[in-house]
Amino acid sequence: MSTPPPPMPQSAAPEWQAAPGHPYPGYTSPIPVVRTHLGHAIASEWTKMKSVRSTMWTLGVFVLLVIGIGLMTGLIVSSADPDLGGESPLSLGFFGLLLGGMCIITLGVLTTASEYGTGMIRTTMVACPSRGRVLLAKALVFFLLAFVVTLVCASLIGFLHVSLLEGYNAKEPSGEEWLKGTVGVSLYVALLGTLSLAIGSVIRHSAGAITIMIGAVLAPLVIALFMFSSSLRDVQQALFEYSIPNQMSIFYANSLSESGPSGWDPLWIMLVVTGAAIGGAFALLESRDV
Amino acid sequence: MIELEGLTKRYGEKVAVDSLTFTVRPGIVTGFLGPNGAGKSTTMRMILGLDHPTAGDVRIDGTHYDRLRQPLTRIGALLEAKAMHPGRSAHNHLLCLAQSNGIPPRRVHEVLDAVGLTAVARKKAKGFSLGMGQRLGIAAALLGDPRILMFDEPVNGLDPEGIHWIRTLMKSLAAQGRTVFVSSHLMSEMALTADHLVVIGQGRLLADTSMAEFIERNSRSFVRVRSPQREQLLEMLHGAGVTAVESGDGALEVDGSKAEQIGELAARSRIVLHELSPQQASLEEAFMRLTAESVEYHAHSGTPLPPQTWGEGWKKG
Repeated sequence: MSTPPPPMPQSAAPEWQAAPGHPYPGYTSPIPVVRTHLGHAIASEWTKMKSVRSTMWTLGVFVLLVIGIGLMTGLIVSSADPDLGGESPLSLGFFGLLLGGMCIITLGVLTTASEYGTGMIRTTMVACPSRGRVLLAKALVFFLLAFVVTLVCASLIGFLHVSLLEGYNAKEPSGEEWLKGTVGVSLYVALLGTLSLAIGSVIRHSAGAITIMIGAVLAPLVIALFMFSSSLRDVQQALFEYSIPNQMSIFYANSLSESGPSGWDPLWIMLVVTGAAIGGAFALLESRDV
Repeated sequence: MIELEGLTKRYGEKVAVDSLTFTVRPGIVTGFLGPNGAGKSTTMRMILGLDHPTAGDVRIDGTHYDRLRQPLTRIGALLEAKAMHPGRSAHNHLLCLAQSNGIPPRRVHEVLDAVGLTAVARKKAKGFSLGMGQRLGIAAALLGDPRILMFDEPVNGLDPEGIHWIRTLMKSLAAQGRTVFVSSHLMSEMALTADHLVVIGQGRLLADTSMAEFIERNSRSFVRVRSPQREQLLEMLHGAGVTAVESGDGALEVDGSKAEQIGELAARSRIVLHELSPQQASLEEAFMRLTAESVEYHAHSGTPLPPQTWGEGWKKG
């Protein structure tokens, strides 16, 4: 049980005097201190975003789905020598974007929730104790990335459809239709991803948050499909109209129903929902322990 | 300087940290010692603003952590190895931290070099061994060249060379005038590095003392004597004014006398000795005595455990 004598204690520490202009004594670094702001957090989040493989994977699959499915539907429709009856060919881009939206949801969730899975969140919050700034930087970086990628894909596939289906009695899309079918729907998809990012921050678990978001996209439509009782007619109608796929289709003016949201309404609805979710995520982030 | 004042953390009924008040000073290595579950990590998380204290206050150079604008330039912390994304390279991990605090990117190369990870800077963190992860965590702590450094169990997973390296590093950081606060559950480790000691058990402060004082007060030296003529030996020692206590296994323990002295006394009285050995109680024993009542996860076995097996409860779970 006995051990050799313990090592000698270090000699008494010298008394460190406060550096001039500094109320507390100790070491002073030669590295200049920069006053940080949101821009620093954004640079940091951008580095994080591009330095993990999951970003490339989710966005790669997204591009593949939107361009691939868009190209396929365009080719199938044009090979059938159709009569589009004055419909805008832009609406064919909807299917690819609906499926691709799942990739954006996944990336949005991973942006926040994966940090909880890996423990990185503690490193992040120690480096930037202003939790709101971290959340805002993440949301901004993600939103812009998702918007730009979606816009490029949606525009590309739009031009493709218009040129493929020229002369099949297709309507030449108006300026407003172009705007809604590219910028509008891209803003909507990017906001849907940002909503997922907020949910990821609240749930703190990647798989759980992704499941919730995919459920939120699909469940209302699926449930409404099986509402046969006539007394539920109103509920069924509302579920159809406000389901995310239907709201997305409104950007192509081919809604499943004639009533309900129209024009730019889906964008405002999603903006309010996402804003509320980010607000909730912020409140929880402030009050909870990391 | 880190100042804690009545810092308390409660999880429901359970008190994890119970009104801790102490100050961690610059220029020395302060050891933060306690058994597993004593509340060391919770205390460190509260210092870093990760956990909200239930009561009390903690300040970094007079400021609350969440008021620090460039925290990494003030305080660097190693909380747990691998608090990082496994798919991100060491370089990118440090780069995103540097960017968030406006630290020049060249520091990334400097600290990678300082911890010896330059060769694997572009490799993903998931391929790192525990020791390499620990080094990367230390690199992150050093990134902002901070005045205060905090390490939670830094020697975990390091090989002997790594352990030697971190000891030297901590001492040299303190010698530059920085505040160094390092937690451990190993007294022997602290004895080698710390100048000052803060001991907690079940969240309560048990000791806040200089290492020298702790050693002086707790390292009891005595002489162990064993003899077939036990009664005669006791009588002789008593006659010479030396107090001896029974050690339980038939031997005697004599405090305050040298082995030579006892040997000569025994020879003069013609008493046969089977053992005569100078002993020193280890700091580990002193530490265990100090925290014995507050160990959370005792190994219960019906009868009180002999001192030899106390150490079992101290191994990191």
